Amino acid sequence: MQPTVEVLNERDYILNVGPQHPSTHGVLHLRIKIEGETILDVEPVLGYIHRSIEKMSEALTYRQFIQMTSRMDYLSAHMNNLACALAIENALQVEVPDKVKYIRTILCELTRLASHQLWWAANGLDLGAVTPFFLAFRDREAITDIFEEVCGSRLTMNYIVPGGLMEDVPEGFADKIKTYLDTFERTLSEYDQLLTGNEIFRGRNIGVGVLTKEEALAYGCTGPVARASGLSCDVRKWFPYEMYDKLSFEEIILTEGDSYARYKVRIAEMYQSIKILRQLLDGIPEGDFQAKVKKIIKLPAGEFYQRVETARGEFGVYIVSDGKSSSPYRIKFRSPGLSNLAALPFMTKGAKIGDLIAVMASLDLVIPDIDR
Amino acid sequence: MGYFKDIYVAVSSMLEGMKLTGRNFLHFRKYLTQEYPENRDSLVLSPRFKGELILKHTLENEHRCTGCSACELACPNGTIRIISKREETADGKSKKRLDAFVWQHAMCTFCALCVDACPTDALKMDQAFEFAVTDRAMLMKKLNKEGSNLVEELK
Ligand code: SF4
Ligand code: SF4
Repeated sequence: MQPTVEVLNERDYILNVGPQHPSTHGVLHLRIKIEGETILDVEPVLGYIHRSIEKMSEALTYRQFIQMTSRMDYLSAHMNNLACALAIENALQVEVPDKVKYIRTILCELTRLASHQLWWAANGLDLGAVTPFFLAFRDREAITDIFEEVCGSRLTMNYIVPGGLMEDVPEGFADKIKTYLDTFERTLSEYDQLLTGNEIFRGRNIGVGVLTKEEALAYGCTGPVARASGLSCDVRKWFPYEMYDKLSFEEIILTEGDSYARYKVRIAEMYQSIKILRQLLDGIPEGDFQAKVKKIIKLPAGEFYQRVETARGEFGVYIVSDGKSSSPYRIKFRSPGLSNLAALPFMTKGAKIGDLIAVMASLDLVIPDIDR
Repeated sequence: MGYFKDIYVAVSSMLEGMKLTGRNFLHFRKYLTQEYPENRDSLVLSPRFKGELILKHTLENEHRCTGCSACELACPNGTIRIISKREETADGKSKKRLDAFVWQHAMCTFCALCVDACPTDALKMDQAFEFAVTDRAMLMKKLNKEGSNLVEELK
């Protein structure tokens, strides 16, 4: 592959951002070719947080490897776990009880809310606004508390397992979320009041970091990043899993493609998540929290792929099984962040260094997800 | 003219945000921040919180672990080691018994797969979460208490 930044020319001025930089939210290293303040090219350098999760998974059983996916995109832990569980269930042709489907969908949407809240917090912080950070963390804290009550963890869940859930949800699960949604719906309008209309924030985002639909398609961008460029790619709509085909919600699509459009897509998605949750909470059926799955799982020989929509875009699990052993022959994860990051050079070409930070904030990158 | 309009828009949009800050400043409902470690006594964690792994013991110092190693096999990280011993029972038969349940705290990812795997429900995730130590070796823990025995019903 051709490196995007040519460093052969000794007159080029290369600036390193990261791997220890507060605005990259992790150990991302960017090499930027600049002229004055103008960015000519950006090359992301990966590998600082590579843990070889795919390779490690080959030595683990189908039950064991799932807990590792919580450590990739840690803000979408439930969705990552769900993708693995679904891939295994589809391979085994296990039908999970309706109750499990409901609860899984609820947990996924709560995760999306929590993830978008954290993104909003960090987005404000990156552009110099500190208050949003505290506001969003106040709201997110309540969701992590719910998670802690349900699965005992706040970040690395491992609650969704092949065949169902680790254990049943506690008493008053739905009521708790309902109360939370009532308060959050009110505070969500504060988000708009504080940041969306702010002139400085608008000035730094509108028209900055434009990604065209063609580029988004060419680089495999998914999630809010692609939808802000007019590309319809919501896995929940296109390849529905669990309860999503029975729910009414909109796929938010904007066409501007700039940082502000990405911002607006995520804010609108939060309203959609609330809408989805409201449809589900009243109807959780009674039933088992697990389908019958053997203790030692062996998949039939073949290839299995399952995709889900995480807060960042399409997350895919590709499993190759040899049909004999109880661990996967090969596992490949398709992480949304990597493709979204790959489009960064196109968004920032010709922009100023200060804009790079704004654009990266709007991409909502989670580095352990990009580099696994 | 546009120049002044820009200034007006910028200032008014910022005042709009400041209004929220001001309202929160004047109408605080309750403090959301918790003062840790001052609140240790009143701190309530949810019952399922995964803080540490324990082997459940009864008041008579009995546990439910038969030493079957199912948890050792279920663990993704090789965190658990079951060391068993042979023991004479009353009727002269030799039986496998648990000698030491070794749990390496530093290697645990708190996935609770071991708790799920145990056929006799001997394990539990407990709430404690303050484990700072000065030496890595101190995180190597023996979970069965000194002089503990298997409960009668599982013998
Ligand atoms: S704790 Fe449970 S699974 Fe582990 S060795 Fe003891 S009885 Fe077996
Ligand atoms: S919680 Fe998970 S990592 Fe920890 S000992 Fe149990 S199985 Fe192993």
